Amino acid sequence: MATAHAAHDHAHDHHADPTGWKRYVYSTNHKDIGTMYLWFAIMAGILGGLLSVLIRMELQESGVQWFYGLSSMLGGDGSEAAGRHLYNSFVTAHALIMIFFMVMPAMIGGFGNWFVPLMIGAPDMAFPRMNNISFWLLVPAFGLLLISMFVPGAGSFNGVGGGWTMYPPLSSTAGHSGPAVDFAILSLHLAGASSILGAINFITTIFNMRAPGMTLHKMPLFVWSVLVTVFLLLLSLPVLAGAITMLLTDRNFGTSFFDAATGGDPILFQHLFWFFGHPEVYILILPGFGIISHIVSTFSKKPVFGYLGMAYAMVAIGVVGFIVWAHHMYTVGMDADTQAYFVAATMIIAVPTGVKIFSWIATMWGGSIEFKAPMVWAIGFIFLFTVGGVTGVVLANAGVDRVLHDTYYVVAHFHYVLSLGAVFAIFAGWYFWFPKITGYMYSDRIAKLHFWVTFVGVNLVFFPQHFLGLAGMPRRYIVYPEVFNGWNYVSSIGSYISAVGVLIFLYGMFSAYAKKVPAPDNPWGEGATTLEWTLSSPPPFHQFNTLPVIK
Amino acid sequence: MKTMARTFIAMAGLSLMPALGFAAAGQPEPWQLNLQDPVTPVAEFIDWFIDYLHIGMFLISAFVLALLIYVMVKFNAKANPVPSKTTHHVGLEIAWTIVPVLILVVIAIPSFRLLYLQRDIPVADMTVKVIGNAGWNWTYQYPDLGIVNDEPKVSFSANLLSEEDAKKRNVPYLLATDVPMVVPVNKTVKMIVTSEAGGIIHAWTIPSFGMKIDAIPGRLNEDWFKATKEGVYYGQCSELCGQNHAYMPIEVHVVSQADYDAWVAKVQTASVEEARDYLFAMLKAKGLLAAN
Repeated sequence: MATAHAAHDHAHDHHADPTGWKRYVYSTNHKDIGTMYLWFAIMAGILGGLLSVLIRMELQESGVQWFYGLSSMLGGDGSEAAGRHLYNSFVTAHALIMIFFMVMPAMIGGFGNWFVPLMIGAPDMAFPRMNNISFWLLVPAFGLLLISMFVPGAGSFNGVGGGWTMYPPLSSTAGHSGPAVDFAILSLHLAGASSILGAINFITTIFNMRAPGMTLHKMPLFVWSVLVTVFLLLLSLPVLAGAITMLLTDRNFGTSFFDAATGGDPILFQHLFWFFGHPEVYILILPGFGIISHIVSTFSKKPVFGYLGMAYAMVAIGVVGFIVWAHHMYTVGMDADTQAYFVAATMIIAVPTGVKIFSWIATMWGGSIEFKAPMVWAIGFIFLFTVGGVTGVVLANAGVDRVLHDTYYVVAHFHYVLSLGAVFAIFAGWYFWFPKITGYMYSDRIAKLHFWVTFVGVNLVFFPQHFLGLAGMPRRYIVYPEVFNGWNYVSSIGSYISAVGVLIFLYGMFSAYAKKVPAPDNPWGEGATTLEWTLSSPPPFHQFNTLPVIK
Repeated sequence: MKTMARTFIAMAGLSLMPALGFAAAGQPEPWQLNLQDPVTPVAEFIDWFIDYLHIGMFLISAFVLALLIYVMVKFNAKANPVPSKTTHHVGLEIAWTIVPVLILVVIAIPSFRLLYLQRDIPVADMTVKVIGNAGWNWTYQYPDLGIVNDEPKVSFSANLLSEEDAKKRNVPYLLATDVPMVVPVNKTVKMIVTSEAGGIIHAWTIPSFGMKIDAIPGRLNEDWFKATKEGVYYGQCSELCGQNHAYMPIEVHVVSQADYDAWVAKVQTASVEEARDYLFAMLKAKGLLAAN
């Protein structure tokens, strides 16, 4: 970063840039904040991944393997009930960490902060100080979530065991009398506030700070994807905030929004939760769509095929994503006509998603494809996301979901789109922009080894889970009948292979930082046409003091 | 060796997922690839429909994979050093919008038929009320068999059968219960499903019946099945309900009308355990239930 400062010194700013810890804690610089988000996401991802490996270790065989002992180790009373609750709290924490503290910070906070201003030719975000608070709210949010794992939840057992969906009455005092749920709710409040502030910042930046000549229809697709994503955040998070606030007052102040015995309705929570929850899953994947478009176009050395279709497909996915929420609730006993509507609405989403898949392939068609690491990850994404997408069409059918709801088939489906979709997009983006962010090249061979180990690992984890779900194995189970042993064993082995993949990733990063091979301004050649590649690697501390003009 | 051979067959069968699979009525089998055997009209519809969906979805995924492999081989930097500049093709873009819409319409027609078959509850021959309890077990009530002081005369709770007892009885642990719910074959059974007041949400399901319905405090949900084959059918609680969520199995015995009547006569006069033993002895004598 010394070069960044040198570049800055002869710029014509008048105030001094903070150094040392102040540079980060007081940061108003979109690139420093983006970097902090990325480190935060990596650390949260390692913790969330560790939880998932422990879950798979438990499920390697029928019968409880580890969690009774684990619960004594963590200070539980060593009872079977404590171990079983601990398993549920691990499942809950894994989901919340991966969603709110890994994928969202990486994609929106990390890549979004770094590259939205660079791609639209802006010097920084519209509200740099708000950007600072967006990041720093996330840290106490994560702290509260961690605290919730170590304070009483259900009776005397620590942690929230209600799943990330936190349905009452399980998450009400009926199921969780201790303060763990309250901590988790406050954690989500802070994380939500952080995201809403971030969303306002991105919307303002994208609408007002584009370089002269960059109309909305000339905007890079990653910026489009972030724009749609932050609108989803802005419109859906307040609904979650309302729902969990009602849960909080039910728990602490004697209200009865969700308590049937006193006139409330537990299903109301599910409607409110999924009105947020469904857009949320698109929030997790949409920035990935943007990243993949850039990578496919760059390494095919061709402009994106059907640019407008790609942009408006994302808008369509975002809009329709708001009117399909109850497909998570087909078994609550909804009216047949209501279910029929949600079947139809949900299936419609397959159309814009198909447009995106085929447009990526059409972008590659006729191209001159170079299989550098980011491209390999991107191609992996396209195929695995397709597999996750088609099982989504299966599940969209209420009649079929009747048998698959809450089974491992659903677990397989959403991990194909998120773990193999969103996470592959994050790694693709990481390898694509790492040289730009750090100024160092990494080893392409290690990055590809990381890909292949991860590809084999995650497919072994999740493909057999389709079979388990079809055979009827319910999700969120610490034990299962012996007949499910076979595929569970395969799935657990896959999880260990994926963990090795994470170690390869960390080694690759370590070696890149150790070797310090300088990256050129544009390491990817003629295909990389967006504005970030016109800057140095890493870019100067402040860029575009003279705005670029887009023809 | 046998297991290994089976694994291999199962692996080889991945691509033919709908066609192969070692499904059994009433309970899963090792390395199973597909749904459990259907025994109700609804489950048979699901069984057919999911195969049809999976074949379609397999073909779509294979098509995308084939396209990806084709472009990787044909348009890599070595094979095609000069990239084309094509970025639009209106016909193609219309095609890949319209064709998926048509595919979805083809899916939607049977999908809606199935949905309305499930949710238009037919006139029932009998009713069973099931209550999910906060203590992680199920209560079964037979209101048709008489009501005394607003309480059904036949009402009993079914708990997880301990590992030891499951071994003794030679039934699958975590699927079997101490006493089963019993219904006659070929009769339309209406299920009234709810959860104990002050309790939490559970879900009652039997995969072979193709039904699953949440048990929610303060709500009476209804569902139905018409089992067409005698046998033992297992299910497991399917909505996260706390520490013993995995320990809340469901066991339904579908028996002939005569056997059902005999069980009813017994359960009205003796304990539910005695009625169970009586029924099991009768079924074993006829070879309809495996010996211990």
